Amino acid sequence: MDISQIRRDFPILADESYIYFDNAATSQRPRQVTEAVERFYQTTNANPLRGLYEWSIGATDAYEGAREKVAAFLHAKDPSEIIFVRNATEAINLVAYSWALGNIKEGEEIVLSVTEHHSNILPWQMVAQQKGAKLVYLEPDEEGQIPESEFAKITEKTALVAIGMVSNVLGTENPVKRLAALAHEKGALLLTDAAQAAPHQEIDVTQLDVDFLALSGHKMLAPFGIGVLYGKKSILENMSPFLRGGEMIEYVTRQDATYAELPHKFEAGTVNAAGAVGLAAAIDYLTDIGFDEIRRQELALTQALVSGMKETGHIRVYGSPDPAKHHGIVTFNIEGCHPHDVSSILDAEKICIRAGHHCAQPLMQFLKVGSTARASVYFYNTMEETERFIAALPKVRSTLGYMD
Amino acid sequence: MDLKQVYREIVNEHNLHPGHKEPLMRPAVERRGYNPTCGDDITLQLSYDDAGRIREVAFTGEGCAVSQASTDIMLDMIEGKSKEEALGIVESFMQMIRGTADEEQIEALDEAAALQDIAHMPARVKCATLSWYTLEKILSGEEG
Ligand SMILES: Cc1ncc(COP(=O)(O)O)c(C=O)c1O
Repeated sequence: MDISQIRRDFPILADESYIYFDNAATSQRPRQVTEAVERFYQTTNANPLRGLYEWSIGATDAYEGAREKVAAFLHAKDPSEIIFVRNATEAINLVAYSWALGNIKEGEEIVLSVTEHHSNILPWQMVAQQKGAKLVYLEPDEEGQIPESEFAKITEKTALVAIGMVSNVLGTENPVKRLAALAHEKGALLLTDAAQAAPHQEIDVTQLDVDFLALSGHKMLAPFGIGVLYGKKSILENMSPFLRGGEMIEYVTRQDATYAELPHKFEAGTVNAAGAVGLAAAIDYLTDIGFDEIRRQELALTQALVSGMKETGHIRVYGSPDPAKHHGIVTFNIEGCHPHDVSSILDAEKICIRAGHHCAQPLMQFLKVGSTARASVYFYNTMEETERFIAALPKVRSTLGYMD
Repeated sequence: MDLKQVYREIVNEHNLHPGHKEPLMRPAVERRGYNPTCGDDITLQLSYDDAGRIREVAFTGEGCAVSQASTDIMLDMIEGKSKEEALGIVESFMQMIRGTADEEQIEALDEAAALQDIAHMPARVKCATLSWYTLEKILSGEEG
């Protein structure tokens, strides 16, 4: 993999004075993606699925072609199992409203992990409150890994296991295949939030045997505003619609309506066809490079960050000591320095990192910190950037008046 | 002033060695200010003398250096003042942040005037103003 060649695909990276280490929040986009979107608008833009003329048919083909691409990317059995949504948050809410409210009963349990993003907590709090269900949390160890002993919390009472594939704070991966098998043994379903996994590794929903999977396009080179819900066909077919309106109906009378087939039942209103086209281009880009190459580069960068921080001193890195278990995410704190000051001081060096609770307050409480700083890399970052970043870290404590 | 200068010249002294971060034994009022997006979480405490002047001031809580320093500087300035005088200082500070304060007001803000440049840092301006808003609510007798 030739990084300098790859960086030329990303116009925003041309200004090498900036270091973008906030990839877990959103990735940058290569021109292959923005050009695919532009081409759509310039050559076949029309309202897809509605018109009977050439442009509209072209738009429909582009949109449905993107669905097939996503289905193949995730190894889904059927493209109708791919629902386009805005982002992972909407995908999870769709399942909460359309499946959970209709299927979860009083006294049943929803099993989550303490490491979840708020997007995979709040919808379940809503369901639990409305249905009288209970949220049960799997407790991770210090490194963010869930010990086997916790799996016993999946019981006959469990209706749903909702679990992140990769933590957006610690970068640790959960054993989703194993948990899906355990859930199924107890007659429960499993939803996995793959927002932080999909950009970094191959995902095979059939082999994992998950019932639902959520992801956001914008974290994996695609435009903002396009995301995916994968759901098993047999389950989606029995769910009621999420939003109601145009495009999701079969037949409408004054008092009643019958709904369209999958996947359109869940895609009310005019769809984000250009976003889907951009996501398809992003998938092509990622598969061209290959996840083996992507992982190799991310691992080299993560190793450099973790060992550089250790050598710098006064820095605590959260999660596993093994860089291979971080999926490019290095969350840390500098002793005596609030993460917002860390981020501001690095910003003055043109280094972009995230500071805060990362939408994971229960995890912050578990780690006993108010907030943390997070550097997250992607395959287009370079070793030179990690070196400049590490060299800038001592400036944080010196700027804040510490004498070391 | 750039960010580093702001830190060097005023923030660090008040952040590393705050003069008022020691809870009062008997506060007359106490109010928490919380910024959910960044987690700055500060509780102000005041007590008054018989004439209604601010006698003792203190704060507790967690936050970034800018929020901690801004709080400490603010409490320095209002100690011993009447409520009206303190409200006037708060008003000047807010005007300075909004860019509508005149030179006289800025001069009177003394050390707090050094936070003026924070107003141009959109990511940090809330850190600087949190405790001032909280104080304003106490002094204007707002409930909650
Ligand atoms: C693990 C995880 N889940 C869910 C989300 C929510 O993604 P979005 O805001 O795109 O819906 C994020 C991103 O912030 C995430 O990191």
